[in-house]
Amino acid sequence: MFTRRTALLGAAFAATAPVLLGRGIAAASESMTPVGLPADLSTLTRRKVELVRPPFVHEHEQVAGTGPQIIEFTMTIREQKMVIDEEGTTIQAMTFDGSVPGPLMVVHQDDYVELTLINPESNSMPHNIDFHAATGALGGGALTLINPGEQTTLRFRATRPGTFVYHCAPGGPMIPWHVVSGMNGAIMILPRDGLKNEKGEPIRYDKVVYVGEQDYYIPRDEDGNYKEYDSPGDGYSDMLEVMNGLIPTHEVFNGAVGALTGDNAMTSKVGETVLIVHSQANRDTRPHLIGGHGDYVWETGKFNNPPEKDNETWFIRGGSAGAAMYTFLQPGVYAYVNHNLIEAVSLGATAHFKVEGDWNNDLMEQVSAPGPIPRG
Amino acid sequence: MTDITAGSVAIIARILMVWALGAAPAVPCVEAAEPVPALVSIAAGAFRHRPAGEYLRAGFPDDAPRVAIGIDHPFEIMRDQVSAQAYDACVAAGACGPRFGAAGQAEALPATGVSFADAQDYARWLSDGTGMIWRLPTDAEWAYAAGSRFADDGLGAKTDSANPAQRWLLEYDSVAAGAADRDPVLRPAGGFGANENGINDLAGNVWEWTSTCYSRTRASAAGEVESVTENCGVRVLEGRHRAYVTFFIQDAKGGGCSLGAPPAYLGFRLVRDPARPSPFARLRAWLGA
Repeated sequence: MFTRRTALLGAAFAATAPVLLGRGIAAASESMTPVGLPADLSTLTRRKVELVRPPFVHEHEQVAGTGPQIIEFTMTIREQKMVIDEEGTTIQAMTFDGSVPGPLMVVHQDDYVELTLINPESNSMPHNIDFHAATGALGGGALTLINPGEQTTLRFRATRPGTFVYHCAPGGPMIPWHVVSGMNGAIMILPRDGLKNEKGEPIRYDKVVYVGEQDYYIPRDEDGNYKEYDSPGDGYSDMLEVMNGLIPTHEVFNGAVGALTGDNAMTSKVGETVLIVHSQANRDTRPHLIGGHGDYVWETGKFNNPPEKDNETWFIRGGSAGAAMYTFLQPGVYAYVNHNLIEAVSLGATAHFKVEGDWNNDLMEQVSAPGPIPRG
Repeated sequence: MTDITAGSVAIIARILMVWALGAAPAVPCVEAAEPVPALVSIAAGAFRHRPAGEYLRAGFPDDAPRVAIGIDHPFEIMRDQVSAQAYDACVAAGACGPRFGAAGQAEALPATGVSFADAQDYARWLSDGTGMIWRLPTDAEWAYAAGSRFADDGLGAKTDSANPAQRWLLEYDSVAAGAADRDPVLRPAGGFGANENGINDLAGNVWEWTSTCYSRTRASAAGEVESVTENCGVRVLEGRHRAYVTFFIQDAKGGGCSLGAPPAYLGFRLVRDPARPSPFARLRAWLGA
């Protein structure tokens, strides 16, 4: 029987094949697993980490207390309909672990990341994972393509410290479609001795939050209203048309308009140092903290480079993750936005921080409250 | 509080209009078949109300004091918000501008995507067509008619005037709490139920324009008003929480303001004044003088 699933499976594999052929690997082999010398990891200890939903980040040490370890993660791919704005617009999302973005993974340099990726039978499509932090096999994409009802385990060594995007990349036009349907996240690989300022001195954060920015391309009907689909495949060709126009209908933080505002606003307090990891797997963005700054910013996210200081706005290239560290100095409500303000206000790329603490009149004071202009 | 049947109002309207103008009016006219909206009568009275606008006490933002407000005359207010069908008839007549996001919307839903200016245009058109005076309610009238559905925006907390952030945080949480359970799906008239006066859908998901201008009141520490600055380019909306929106904005949702939670949809209902216009006033209004 030829079903939609069969068609999608075929499309994904067909699209993947030329890429693999082009790289000259696995072309003649039945298996896509390359043969090499077995790695001896017998001396390493293993540690299992439970991932948590963004903007939260699982517990971790900033300075590694041990030598390199094998860090075990499990992620389940969820195809699910998600509401992405206040009007109830939906997308047939594809997700790592049920959230957009997928969870932030944190390890240290020289750790081994061992991910078990599960594609439940209830899903309709093949998926895989491409880690920008990993070396070889299309970031692991060529070794992890799994059908509904399959799982796979990939291990890679975290050789380069920094924040890196991961995303699904099942081949050809499936790649951008899966990514803009939500299938991306980030990993943070800390230096074993922690983060350092521009002088090489150690610096620490009290809290880390993960903001994943997502561009969506939702098709509209003839009346201009957003369309709703019963399955990812049903919306594919319509969405591809919108995607090819390159103008997103939504540009949001953590999966939906308002996902990090109101009751879901992030919190901090005066004197607290927050590390904001910001990823965008597909499209350039420029985070800005209104009323605050970036004390230390790794714009490209790679910790072997000294951080920039005192940034007003920082640039996150599409397909990368960056990190900004800031110590809040003044209480109040802060908006954290994509400073293309059209995208922030009209398309949704706004988050809020609620910050408690004492007001510092030396930093700012309203000398005269608004009132009538004096005559004369 | 009584409902006045649409038919009798329409007939009275025709009679009054003919009486007022003496002859067939040249203004666009609502046919007698066009239903005059169902109305609810609100008796005169008095209540305590926290006026809209920003209030500074000794230079720092504070809750405006609740004051006694007299509703000196009874008035009638639309039982339902102006519907898409009703508003779009004005659009079809060329007297109102198109709504934001109207395409494909069911006629029975409330008219949304309307600015203060649109609501004014509709009131003028309906007044011309019915020979009655229709207008937006003031903020106080809306609150008086809304009764238990009115959301007082007093924070009721003594904040440290040396720390402006305390009030920002309180306001933020207050609005966020109101926004948390909101349903984005528009409902036909009555979908959010009636209040104790029989008025439907107050504080549902459609905010309603009032005629009240945004204002800033400066008061001394003792509460004596020192100055009031009005900005009528921004008007007060009432709904689940009070909102201040520029007069030409049809959709305030956006992707989240810099701060706070914006109204979901902008709509309105009108009040009808009991006072009949004198022929002279009608003529003046008609001539636009």
